[in-house]
Amino acid sequence: MENIPLNFPFLAAALLAAISFYIVIFKRNLIKLIMGIAIMASAVNLFLVALGYRAGGNAPIYTDVPEGSMVLPVPQALTLTSIVINVAVLALMLTMVIQIYRHTGSLDSEKSRKLKG
Amino acid sequence: MAALITQSPILIIAIPLLAAFLTPLVGMASKKARNALVIGSLVFVAFLVFALARDVVINGIHVYTLGAASPAQAIPTGFIVPVRIILEVDGMSAFFGIIWAVVSLAAAIYSLSHIAGESGQNRFYTLLLLMVTGGFGMMFTGDLFNLFVFLEIASISGGALIAYRTRYADTQEGGFKYIVVSAIAGLMVLFATGILYAQYNSLNIAYLAQTIQYTRLDQIALALLLIAFAMKTGMVPLHLWFPDAYSVAPASITGMLVITSHACMYAAFRVCFTLYGRVIDAPVVGWILIVFGLLTMFVGVTMAVYQKDVMRFMSYHAISQLGYMWLGVGVGLAVLGNPALVGVGGWGREAMSGGIFHILNHAMYKPLLFFTGGALFHYTGTRDLTKMGGLAHKMKWTTVLYIIGTLSISGIPPLNGFSSKILIYESVYQFNPIFTIVGIIVSILTLASFTKAFHSAFMGAELPEYRGGREVPKSMIIAMGILAAGIVFITLFPSLIVDSTIHPAADALIDPNPYISAVIGVAP
Repeated sequence: MENIPLNFPFLAAALLAAISFYIVIFKRNLIKLIMGIAIMASAVNLFLVALGYRAGGNAPIYTDVPEGSMVLPVPQALTLTSIVINVAVLALMLTMVIQIYRHTGSLDSEKSRKLKG
Repeated sequence: MAALITQSPILIIAIPLLAAFLTPLVGMASKKARNALVIGSLVFVAFLVFALARDVVINGIHVYTLGAASPAQAIPTGFIVPVRIILEVDGMSAFFGIIWAVVSLAAAIYSLSHIAGESGQNRFYTLLLLMVTGGFGMMFTGDLFNLFVFLEIASISGGALIAYRTRYADTQEGGFKYIVVSAIAGLMVLFATGILYAQYNSLNIAYLAQTIQYTRLDQIALALLLIAFAMKTGMVPLHLWFPDAYSVAPASITGMLVITSHACMYAAFRVCFTLYGRVIDAPVVGWILIVFGLLTMFVGVTMAVYQKDVMRFMSYHAISQLGYMWLGVGVGLAVLGNPALVGVGGWGREAMSGGIFHILNHAMYKPLLFFTGGALFHYTGTRDLTKMGGLAHKMKWTTVLYIIGTLSISGIPPLNGFSSKILIYESVYQFNPIFTIVGIIVSILTLASFTKAFHSAFMGAELPEYRGGREVPKSMIIAMGILAAGIVFITLFPSLIVDSTIHPAADALIDPNPYISAVIGVAP
């Protein structure tokens, strides 16, 4: 960890978030849209995990604990919960896309669109 | 009874959750027992919510700490910060809890016959109860991360319920849009939660509210939270998904979705007034809410005027009505720094009370109107208003209930919609007269378009294709009757409602200190 600049993970998270917003706004394919949301979820998870690092703190693992204070593992717990929730969201989205494809025969959001106005 | 009330915040969340997973098991044995389980659990929860709300108004804020020796012990011995999961119910939470309890019960009763012909009913009721859990969780939690978790529970089950009737293509599209918007909003909330945790090392709303500094990062977090919740409530210009999702869902679910959007509005209020209550740049954020609120009112109603699909038409009106609430509360926020205006009797407090009162009224008449729209669909098999006509001959109850809802949404005196709108008009007039004029114009357009819809659906000669039909089943009429009874009750006793529920809710927003000191203890 010493060799990496401290804010490197945050920059990576910001880059992922920017890519995902670009995909969500500009891509018309529904599968790509879902991939965009998956990337956005990864960006947020990376951000949360990066928050869990505190300089000088020990990892909260209770075997062979070195001297010093331990980090409170809240961000890790948040990340696990967030991953589980995102699995559910992505699975639900994919089932809906399968249904949309069955009904309309297209994954293009302009062609499969029925609701207007 | 006292022990029951002490435990009620967690019971209100846990009972629907438990019932949700019992539903498929009981449903395998008997359909009647399953329906009794669903309705029974919701009735019991509604009873608990009313008891809790009464207690909150009398005895003040309820704090429930999970896993503590006594529920009121928010900070464990030896700690100086709250580390456990905390539920916190104040006047505002209790107010939203009452709305959610009544509407979810009505929606469950309505569903009994509305989805009677569909397959997979066990799963429908499981999702419905999960959505109830998510809604109550959002309203009662005192923890920013649990707000996200319950938001997602409500969104996932809501999205699945919108797409429940898989044989129609449009339901899949509406459900997909809803879940995409919810996922993005949820991730934005989580991101903001991370930003706040990074600076203050806590997720507890009361603790954060006490220590928050309003740094640049906090402002970014505030913007993310407000955009996320505004997107979920369907504020213009983030409203494009809203009519698509609302118009295709089963009508009972549409009624509940209205209240989940109110729950997101509650979360936005909680963020503005409690989390950032001590540091917020109130005039700036207040003006942002006012401007977008006016835009929401006006765009919603103008889009509604030419709609032909009955549910879509009502969805646009729902957007427009949400604008009134943003306007009322936004005016209150803009003058928050002035104690003379937000104190007892000040017009800032009255504007906020008007906005909050409008939430209650909207939560009664809008699900009622969606339910009547569902009844029209049940009878005719179409949502197209141009294909309907002369339905008043056969659907007498539905017609009467539709008229009650229409008069209420258009703000015709003496119905409840009028009492909240007049409260908003009078107080907002002191702030800026133009806003009141816009409000009245929107109200007139609302009346005009509902009259047109009434004329094309109910009036005229009986059409030959609808001659053989019968009035909708009893459970649908009972559900609509519950909401209509709510409207009549509020119409008859507006000052009682305002004094006993609306003012405590508005005061809970205006002063964040009781909410903070209930968890942290009074600062020395």
